[in-house]
Amino acid sequence: MSTEITTDVVVIGAGPCGLFAAFELGLLDIKCHFIDILDRPGGQCAELYPEKPIYDIPGFPVVTGQQLTDNLMAQIAPFSPQFHFSRMVNSIEKQEDGSFRLETDADEVFHCKVVVIAAGGGSFQPKRPPVDGIEQYENKSVFYAVRRMEDFRDQDVVIVGGGDSALDWTLNLEPIVRTLTLVHRRDAFKAAPASVNKMKELVAEGKINFQLGQIAKLDGDNGQINHVHLATEAGDLSIPATRLLPFFGLTMKLGPVSEWGLALNDNTIIVDTEKFETSVPGIFAIGDINSYPGKLKLILSGFHEAALMAQAAKKIISPDERVVFQYTTSSTKLQKKLGVA
Amino acid sequence: MKIIVTDQAGDVHELEGLDGWRVMEVIRDWGLNIKAECGGACSCATCHVYVDPTWLDAVGAPNDDEEDMLDTVGDVKSNSRLSCQILCGEALDGLAVTLAPSAAKD
Repeated sequence: MSTEITTDVVVIGAGPCGLFAAFELGLLDIKCHFIDILDRPGGQCAELYPEKPIYDIPGFPVVTGQQLTDNLMAQIAPFSPQFHFSRMVNSIEKQEDGSFRLETDADEVFHCKVVVIAAGGGSFQPKRPPVDGIEQYENKSVFYAVRRMEDFRDQDVVIVGGGDSALDWTLNLEPIVRTLTLVHRRDAFKAAPASVNKMKELVAEGKINFQLGQIAKLDGDNGQINHVHLATEAGDLSIPATRLLPFFGLTMKLGPVSEWGLALNDNTIIVDTEKFETSVPGIFAIGDINSYPGKLKLILSGFHEAALMAQAAKKIISPDERVVFQYTTSSTKLQKKLGVA
Repeated sequence: MKIIVTDQAGDVHELEGLDGWRVMEVIRDWGLNIKAECGGACSCATCHVYVDPTWLDAVGAPNDDEEDMLDTVGDVKSNSRLSCQILCGEALDGLAVTLAPSAAKD
């Protein structure tokens, strides 16, 4: 049975702009729940460039993606936003009373008055290697993650990649597979040195194979692969295989957003510049995922959009309440909400 | 300066490059099929190009960070570079690159 959750606002995407929306909403006494496909907050800042410096956040001459995320989490903590990670919103339906019903791929149903889409470049999905026809094998014999180790027992497994995921699963699966070949384009890895050393020991002991090269082609039928063809410096090499695990990291795809009935423009959601509301009243879009004349994909623009969106969301959630604009510096009321007065 | 870009469909485009711009930024601003999702931080490899062999020496080799990112695409060749890591300048006037399949937008 589905888990049912009722709240004021559901924010889709826990990147910097979504996180700051919880602050602006919180000042207006609006509660929110976050849904994000990643397993932690920060969005692109956490997934793509946690250690890279950002120089254009007002007031921070330099801050890394991870520091910015950590600071935003501390800033919104007084409002106790709820986080639902590692899931994706499949559908949004407007109800007769004007509220919304959202379903996730984790069998949850959210009921809320306002939806804020802060999904950046879309949802992070595994990068698909450029191999013709790979789709027909996906989730049958080609997997981008290990959900059940038993699916790999006594199989001939080929793992591709040179990062921690590739190395970790090489080490974890080795004891249960029939054969295992790790394929990487070069003899250097971006993974924990201990894992790389352990992998090299297993190769030296003859327990696994390591092959330099890139996947070129797959053979098989009915979704079941039987050979992986590699392009190597010595020419084409064919390896018998019943399971393939490519680990090439994540990339952003617009995903189900395109099916929610919102007016789009080149993979972005069209909004107005007063409220940052989409073509569906009550659904807002802020940050990199929206577009309007003059739009700049900057984190600081998303912060501004969050503030104006919150004012409009308040009017939907509490239509009869008179909102007095206040500053956190001088308002005791706001300071109490922040836990500092 | 000019850069010559062959897209994934084989069409050739001559683009005006600006000193100090990244080659990725020029290609993106001209609206060619480049995803460049991290915006030039050497963090995604979706601006992957093949550098014309005659330009390899002038462009130089990728650094360690760039090599690490190239691990995340499956169509690397010996002349692969990330176009966000190549700066436009007079020394590269006429630079020829081809957009890799892995740089394409969805």
